[in-house]
Amino acid sequence: MLEIITFSTLNGVLYGMLLFMMASGLTLIFSMMGVLNFAHASFYMIGAYFGFEISRRIGFWPGFVIAPLLVGAVGALIERYGLRRVHRFGHVAELLFTFGLAFVIEELVNMIWGKLPVDYRVPPLLDFVAFRLFDTTYPAYRMFMLVTAIAMFAFLMIVLKRTRVGLIIQAALTHPNMVAMLGHDVPTIFMLTFGVGAALAGLAGVIAGPALVTQPSMAGLLGPILFVVIVVGGLGSLGGAFVASLLIGLIQTFAVAINVSLADIVGKGPASLLGELGSVPLAQIAPLLPYLLLVLVLIFKPTGLFGNRET
Amino acid sequence: MRRILFGASVLAMLLAGGAQAQETVKIGYIDPLSGGGASVGEGGLKTYQWIADEINAQGGLLGKKIEILPLDDKTNPQEAVVQAQKAIDAGARFITQGNGSSVAAALSDFVTKYNDRNPGKEVLFFNYAAVDDSLTNEKCSYWHFRWDANSGIKMAAITNYLKSQPSVKKVYLINQDYSFGQGLRVLARDMLKQKRPDVEIVGDELHPLLKITDFAPYVAKIKASGADSVITGNWGQDIALLLKAAADAGLQANWYTYYAGGAGGPTAIKQTGLDGRVHDIAEGDPNTAAPAAQKTEEEFRKKLGISIWYPRAFNEMRMFAKAVKEANSLDPKAVAAKLEGMTADVFDGGQGTMRKDDHQFFQDMYLRSFGALKPGQKFDEEGTGWGWTVKAKIASADTNVATTCKMERP
Repeated sequence: MLEIITFSTLNGVLYGMLLFMMASGLTLIFSMMGVLNFAHASFYMIGAYFGFEISRRIGFWPGFVIAPLLVGAVGALIERYGLRRVHRFGHVAELLFTFGLAFVIEELVNMIWGKLPVDYRVPPLLDFVAFRLFDTTYPAYRMFMLVTAIAMFAFLMIVLKRTRVGLIIQAALTHPNMVAMLGHDVPTIFMLTFGVGAALAGLAGVIAGPALVTQPSMAGLLGPILFVVIVVGGLGSLGGAFVASLLIGLIQTFAVAINVSLADIVGKGPASLLGELGSVPLAQIAPLLPYLLLVLVLIFKPTGLFGNRET
Repeated sequence: MRRILFGASVLAMLLAGGAQAQETVKIGYIDPLSGGGASVGEGGLKTYQWIADEINAQGGLLGKKIEILPLDDKTNPQEAVVQAQKAIDAGARFITQGNGSSVAAALSDFVTKYNDRNPGKEVLFFNYAAVDDSLTNEKCSYWHFRWDANSGIKMAAITNYLKSQPSVKKVYLINQDYSFGQGLRVLARDMLKQKRPDVEIVGDELHPLLKITDFAPYVAKIKASGADSVITGNWGQDIALLLKAAADAGLQANWYTYYAGGAGGPTAIKQTGLDGRVHDIAEGDPNTAAPAAQKTEEEFRKKLGISIWYPRAFNEMRMFAKAVKEANSLDPKAVAAKLEGMTADVFDGGQGTMRKDDHQFFQDMYLRSFGALKPGQKFDEEGTGWGWTVKAKIASADTNVATTCKMERP
């Protein structure tokens, strides 16, 4: 039992941190620009593919640095020459723009790298067993992912809380119009935020690519969960996104480990009212739980766990 | 000189155009070419194109070339039906599909209804890998033919083998959450109860089909259950990633799988280091195949860079060609009449029969284990230096299971 709790916690925290790397950028962009960026998970995918392409040419480590920067540049360009033009037609146009963008990126990836998963490998330097606990091994690469994610979180916090840029961004999160009134160059801040958000998602892709699977459907698989994270966490709240990411990561991992069904808790009689759903073990409905959480949060606390603006 | 060259190239273009315009026998290949099933779908497509080339080189079907139409169903039944209609609109009278029993059930149903409504324009459905028993039992159709052994046959082979493996005490079942996986867990429970009543089933898991990218939580659960063996029908990325996660966690277990040989599987097994402890069940084995099959295997690997996962695709297409020849017609109705009950040579040697009652093909099956190549074995998989070794050969006659099919014949 202790074994499964330990490893579920490790796996859950890791998955949560990966989610946070993407959700942080998404929530910043959403709260500052009011744009629900449907293409955000696509930046994660591009990051993985850029990482793969660079790693097979000059090695994993250059890719680890260059790929996120490239993705950030792509994001900034998309904001500057795409989103900014669409901006004047209102939020619906922006929404449709990012929605279309996600499809365009997926098709481009299909055309360039094909529909099959690519062979993106863990670097040999990290291809060993980090530790052995209860006779189960834990790969070093997963530890590396965890450390990278935590380092990125620390970096983001320092930038936001300790620098002037962070100050303006924080102000823009809650009072975007006021910041513009004060004479700050809001369009440039938007572009930078979009670029940095994309770069963070790209970094998540670079490190997740070898451990999970680098394939064209990877954006589509993660996209919906990201929206759950930012809604549950609350708009404009990085701390909220952090807690929600970890929460969802842990919920999904632990749900898989638990074999209890509703019938075991409330008895066969009442559970049978729900038909088949009553007797299905929790493990089987694990993928559904984040969405259930989303619905519950929207009903009972529409501002999210830590947010103070209506979703 | 330039003018002559120009003239020659125009002539060549005209000839090429003429060859294209010539009528072909179109076969709609409906399988996942994107998403989690794409790796096996792409492999299947290459296999069919290879076989079409082989038959075309021998003169085609009644002088007409075979043309494979690749159609992506995204492992989705609704999408598959749309693609089947597309294939028919493009002139295909034969469709083939394999990945996903839920998809096959939808296609079988679609083809049956289509043929009811369009007499004289019948379409045949050749199934090369969807193994859910119901397709040749309660949901059987005259227009559906299956070349892969059904799930019941495969599970019977695995559980028979387990009778000789007393070290197997605690079994964990993990399967994909759809018709095939759900059917498999029932089969496994029933057959284990009969043949190995002492075996304890310590886990019975269903997970979403082709959506999981990290199996670490599932492997942690298998590990915690204390299982010494795992039985799974997972295919596509679901088996490759499951084995990869098992390798990462250092899970020491025996694996009894249907499809560990598919794309990415062998690489992941090598990573687990479980020499000789991962098994699969297939209708062929390159290292013990007949010389003709080994020659084809060599050429196939040289040209495409993958091994022949689907000897049954060869059986299907070669029997199709034979049926066309015997019927001297490309009319699906005439072909179907010849196919049922047909006995033919199978790819790996020996013979197989398409049972008339339910259109299920019966052939020798092989239970194999994967490990370091032994002396005399020349085929490894995915460049790992490891290959398959036959542990048990199940003769065609011993795979004969009863059917409940009551077929409506035209």
